Amino acid sequence: MNEMIEAELGRCVASWYPGATGVAGAEKLSGGASQETWSFDILHPDGNVGAILRRAPPGYGASPSRAAGLDAEATLMQLAHDAGLPSPKVMHVLRAQDQLGTGFVMRRIEGETIARKILRDAEFAGARPLLARRLGEVAAGIHGLDAAKLPELRATSATKEIADLEREYHGFNWPRPVFELALRWLRARDPGPPDRMTLVHGDFRHGNLIIGPDGLRAVLDWELAHLGDPMEDLGWICVNSWRFGEIDKPVGGFGSREELFAGYEAAGRRVDPDRVMFWEVMGTLRWGVMCCGMMQRFRAGPDHSMERAMIGRRSSETEIDLLRLLAPRA
Amino acid sequence: MQDEPTPGELIKAVADFLRNEIAPVIKGHNAFKLRVGINALDLVTRQLALEPASDAAETARLRQLLGADGSLVELNLALSERIAKGEVDLQTSELSNHLWQTTMDKLAVDQPNYASYKRELGAK
Repeated sequence: MNEMIEAELGRCVASWYPGATGVAGAEKLSGGASQETWSFDILHPDGNVGAILRRAPPGYGASPSRAAGLDAEATLMQLAHDAGLPSPKVMHVLRAQDQLGTGFVMRRIEGETIARKILRDAEFAGARPLLARRLGEVAAGIHGLDAAKLPELRATSATKEIADLEREYHGFNWPRPVFELALRWLRARDPGPPDRMTLVHGDFRHGNLIIGPDGLRAVLDWELAHLGDPMEDLGWICVNSWRFGEIDKPVGGFGSREELFAGYEAAGRRVDPDRVMFWEVMGTLRWGVMCCGMMQRFRAGPDHSMERAMIGRRSSETEIDLLRLLAPRA
Repeated sequence: MQDEPTPGELIKAVADFLRNEIAPVIKGHNAFKLRVGINALDLVTRQLALEPASDAAETARLRQLLGADGSLVELNLALSERIAKGEVDLQTSELSNHLWQTTMDKLAVDQPNYASYKRELGAK
């Protein structure tokens, strides 16, 4: 498999990267049935260049309904890069003659994405205190990207998100009084449309952030990008599930809401803390519903894996977090 | 009546063997999968030990709260409906107490090392 994709990538790269003599070191980083991420090196006499291929293999064109699509992802990454945000440069968007499916090739950015390392390893000790504020600045930059240049994206609203979560949860046919309480809370506090709809990254959290000892190096994975309430991104990064045990540091386990908000406002945009809290509750419920969905897929097969099954048993973590948010004990 | 050892004792013996003898000599992705597997066995051990008492207590609370009887799933369905309709809410202190106790009992089985759980356990 690796030799095969190296040969295919070598032909592809030669057609747009002058002087490239081939590719090596192809390694699959992640992949489901419909989408794969590969790391590889472009060989060049002036020095090799690290690259990433993100693609839907030939025959897998359609993406799930919530996904922005790989072409939109490439456009968004390039827009973010051109705006000076930490985002890898897009080197090539796949064409039919590349015979690699649909997707794109981008520069590989070295760094760490594993939350437990970022939160505990000594090499990130200097970066941690700066991250919350920096994430605020970068979120503001994403929300400020020129609307006229954005690709076509689905638009959503708090009202629609509540209805989607409710439908999905009811589809599981398994009663969860805490989820019902959260749905009721969300409906009662639906803030309505924001003053201005913006681009929302949609999955702004650990795993999609490349961190180095010097701080944030890249924001990845625009698969869930959409148009909506910008406060959604700030709420999602505060969800307790992404604090990895550092529960007193709401922003990714490394910082405070105040730092996040200060960075956001320093970049010239306004924070609405009530909306952020609303989206944090929504995000907590969303992760809980996603855990239940993993359990459903485990049962339905064909991926009858222990990992999926055990993620199903993590939905109760979101129940205790919802209770801590909605019904804190004195 | 089935003979001893109990399922809980058997599963714990298997989990301990995998943890102490096998895990140290497995590498790579299978080491990760083995850890997940051991975690699953530990969860089952906890559930076998804790579920009878927590289910009984939950059932008793639900009967009291709803003034109705039924299986645990039926009672939870009934409570879910009442919450969805707004017939019972957090103004009812019994609801908050019930949901907290039920959730704490779930975490004791699912993920006793979860930081929020440990914090709430300490604050009780």
